Amino acid sequence: MIANELTWRARFAKHLPMQDQQTGKRRSPASRVTALAMLLGGAVALSACVSVKAPDKPIVIELNINIKQEVVYRLAADANKSIEARPDLFGN
Amino acid sequence: MTGLIERKHNWRSLVLAGAMLSLVLPAAQASAQVASPVLAAARASGEVGEKTDGYLGFPGTPSAEVRRAADELNIKRRAYYAERAAAQNTTVEAYALTMGCQLIAKTKPGEKYQAPDGSWRTRSAEPPLRSNLCPA
Repeated sequence: MIANELTWRARFAKHLPMQDQQTGKRRSPASRVTALAMLLGGAVALSACVSVKAPDKPIVIELNINIKQEVVYRLAADANKSIEARPDLFGN
Repeated sequence: MTGLIERKHNWRSLVLAGAMLSLVLPAAQASAQVASPVLAAARASGEVGEKTDGYLGFPGTPSAEVRRAADELNIKRRAYYAERAAAQNTTVEAYALTMGCQLIAKTKPGEKYQAPDGSWRTRSAEPPLRSNLCPA
């Protein structure tokens, strides 16, 4: 009597209405298209990222010129003082 | 309390005065020296000239004596540039380049100097040809 009741309950627990239908896991055709589009878009974006090549050499040269000009302007006053202070090195 | 602070100030000014004196004294000693007469003549005749990089160069083929004197001076210049570059937190090349700008600007008419393209020019009454990097 008691054992029979228990198996009944177990069977009911295995066949819930929600498990049979599986509406949650199914995708509508529209959402499938958007998912595919996103996947394709991601692939295109990735391939675009890989194909970009940074031209590093010209950038380095430009930076050097800028730094030098700035430095030369900063040092000019000290250079003039040096010419005055050391005629043995810079005088006629 | 106030006495302590004043004492601190006195010490500071003493240290400052000492530092300034030690800076001025070597400069005064150096200015007593004169450039070599060999190089003075070579400069006037155009046998040596000022290069853009801050050192003396030869527009033509110099005599052995002039070459030796110029090389010797260039070594002394380099040592001095290294000293000043360290004081100014820069590279020897940057300081030497700045000196080249200023030394070319101070050449006298008739003397030789190097143009930015590397060619040798004779200084006229007009301003010399200098690199765009040079300050006005």
